[in-house]
Amino acid sequence: MVGGLPSFKIRPIAQQSRSSHLRTESGVIKWILIGVALLYLGIFLILPLACIFTTAFSKGIVAYTQAITEPDALAAIRLTLLTALIAVPLNVIFGIAASWAIAKFDFIGKNFLLTLIDLPLSVSPVISGLIFVLLFGAQGTFGPWLIEHGIKIIFAPPAIILATIFVTFPLVARELIPIMKAQGNDEEEAAITLGASGFKTFMLVTLPNIKWGLLYGVILCNARAMGEFGAVSVVSGHIRGLTNTLPLHIEILYNEYHFSAAFAAASLLALLAIVTLIAKSIIESGMHREIEATQITSGEKR
Amino acid sequence: MSIEVKNLTKIFGNFKAIDNINLKVETGELVALLGPSGSGKTTLLRIIAGLETADEGNILFSGEDARERKTKDRNVGFVFQHYALFRHMTVFDNIAFGLRVKPKKIRPSEDHIGRRVRELLKLVQLEWVEKRYPWQLSGGQRQRIALARALAVEPKVLLLDEPFGSLDAQVRKELRQWLRRFHDDLHITSLFVTHDQEEALEVADKIVVMNSGKIEQIGTPEEVYHKPASVFVLNFLGNVNLFHSRTEAATISSKAAKLYVRPHQLGVSRLPVDGNSVKVVLTFINPAGSSVKMDAKSSDGNVFQVEISQEEYKALKLIKNDEVFLTPKNITYSEYEI
Repeated sequence: MVGGLPSFKIRPIAQQSRSSHLRTESGVIKWILIGVALLYLGIFLILPLACIFTTAFSKGIVAYTQAITEPDALAAIRLTLLTALIAVPLNVIFGIAASWAIAKFDFIGKNFLLTLIDLPLSVSPVISGLIFVLLFGAQGTFGPWLIEHGIKIIFAPPAIILATIFVTFPLVARELIPIMKAQGNDEEEAAITLGASGFKTFMLVTLPNIKWGLLYGVILCNARAMGEFGAVSVVSGHIRGLTNTLPLHIEILYNEYHFSAAFAAASLLALLAIVTLIAKSIIESGMHREIEATQITSGEKR
Repeated sequence: MSIEVKNLTKIFGNFKAIDNINLKVETGELVALLGPSGSGKTTLLRIIAGLETADEGNILFSGEDARERKTKDRNVGFVFQHYALFRHMTVFDNIAFGLRVKPKKIRPSEDHIGRRVRELLKLVQLEWVEKRYPWQLSGGQRQRIALARALAVEPKVLLLDEPFGSLDAQVRKELRQWLRRFHDDLHITSLFVTHDQEEALEVADKIVVMNSGKIEQIGTPEEVYHKPASVFVLNFLGNVNLFHSRTEAATISSKAAKLYVRPHQLGVSRLPVDGNSVKVVLTFINPAGSSVKMDAKSSDGNVFQVEISQEEYKALKLIKNDEVFLTPKNITYSEYEI
């Protein structure tokens, strides 16, 4: 159910026109369509979710709490949180800077930068991981130098964090670019002519105008950072208690036939997903107000 | 504060937006920059505000080089075509913005800011919208708030970029009369950009007519309308009819000439008045308005626009397809081929 919510709420305007169109369909067709959609949601979203929680609790609540409080699980949770804690703020800073540059200025290589930002989305996560192995691994470009100086990146938390940053790189910027483009430069220019410094203009005008979009980007970025499997799996080395993130920890438990423990850990990620979706739908309604306000205030535009 | 523009040039890529412009706006004047889109008027305004930098030349504020001042320290009020109000702030916070971002040392107290904001709201006659957000206001109200916001920091110069450009005709008319009265009260040096000649003629003390990055003419509304300096100005400030003629004065050679005559400068009669009279057929008559507007066509296919008073129209009892004679009473502009 939760999974279905946001997709229904995305564009109220488009939805209105579509529903008025639907009203011309007969009742039977309407119910068949709704039935198919619900069945689809049930099989692909609700059933698996229910399955995760029932399996997680299949050996009772004690086994469940044990599974998520044993040292290796706690270490995995810690590493996952640490990764997100570093990757998300960095991508927020990068995302704001990049979208600011792209949306508000014209420069040579702008399209190239846009393509570059999208790169992690189009590359398979395994490749994303391999890039770092090729760069920092023992046989990699910087490998020998790193070994010489006793710096460990691959098969250690730094590589996990790097890979996560790479994979989540586009998420904030992608959210902000269209919003900033739609808003234009007028308000910033107005602030500057009124005597505001660049920093005050950013804090008092730009940031409040993009806050919902930014929050949305952060939520998506965080969900991906905590849930990333492919790229992290390549660079992690799967050392228990040291380089396992939550998704990797689940895989190991599962491969060792500790089903209920695996599902207990998985339930944490599932909970994260649910919280993310709820936050997302709340933020989306805020974003609507933001976009509508943009459309109204810059109304009869260009 | 006076504004002086000296040898200003601005190039975008290979397009000369501003081409070596010189201009002086005296303290307290209300000047219109008039021209078609792409004539460089907005660019000029933005360079004066510091939102754009010139490639060559400079701007002097009361004789002082503006390049030495940052945009935020120029103390100009800028009003944007699309208002550019801060959408997440109330009207009160919008107007207070300029005062609140002042450095701590010279920032007025919240009390003082409140008083100033209410004073400005009263000035723009919108005291009751204090707590509203920009999107809850109409276009005309927003533009007045934008003006109040610009005035809050007591600018020495007010720059307005097509301030009424996105408003509908009725509000537009009201607001420009309001701006005129407003300027008469405050006497702040103001420069506004418009592509609407009627607006410029009605509001400004002085009009600067611009075309493709250059100034065509600077003058009072009367001067630019009645004594245009070029064919461009002539055409841009109202309709005009073109007569081809040959001067047959007591000169040695006769010269081909182009004579430009405004629609109201043509006399209409049933019979030819003199040798300059042209026989035409009235193809269209529009008697709605303070004067009667007509289109006429001569036998050689030239089309003329004519404007006569309601009294004349009634006296002549004109109807469509009547054959009449047009005689230029005055000539606004003439061009000789040498």
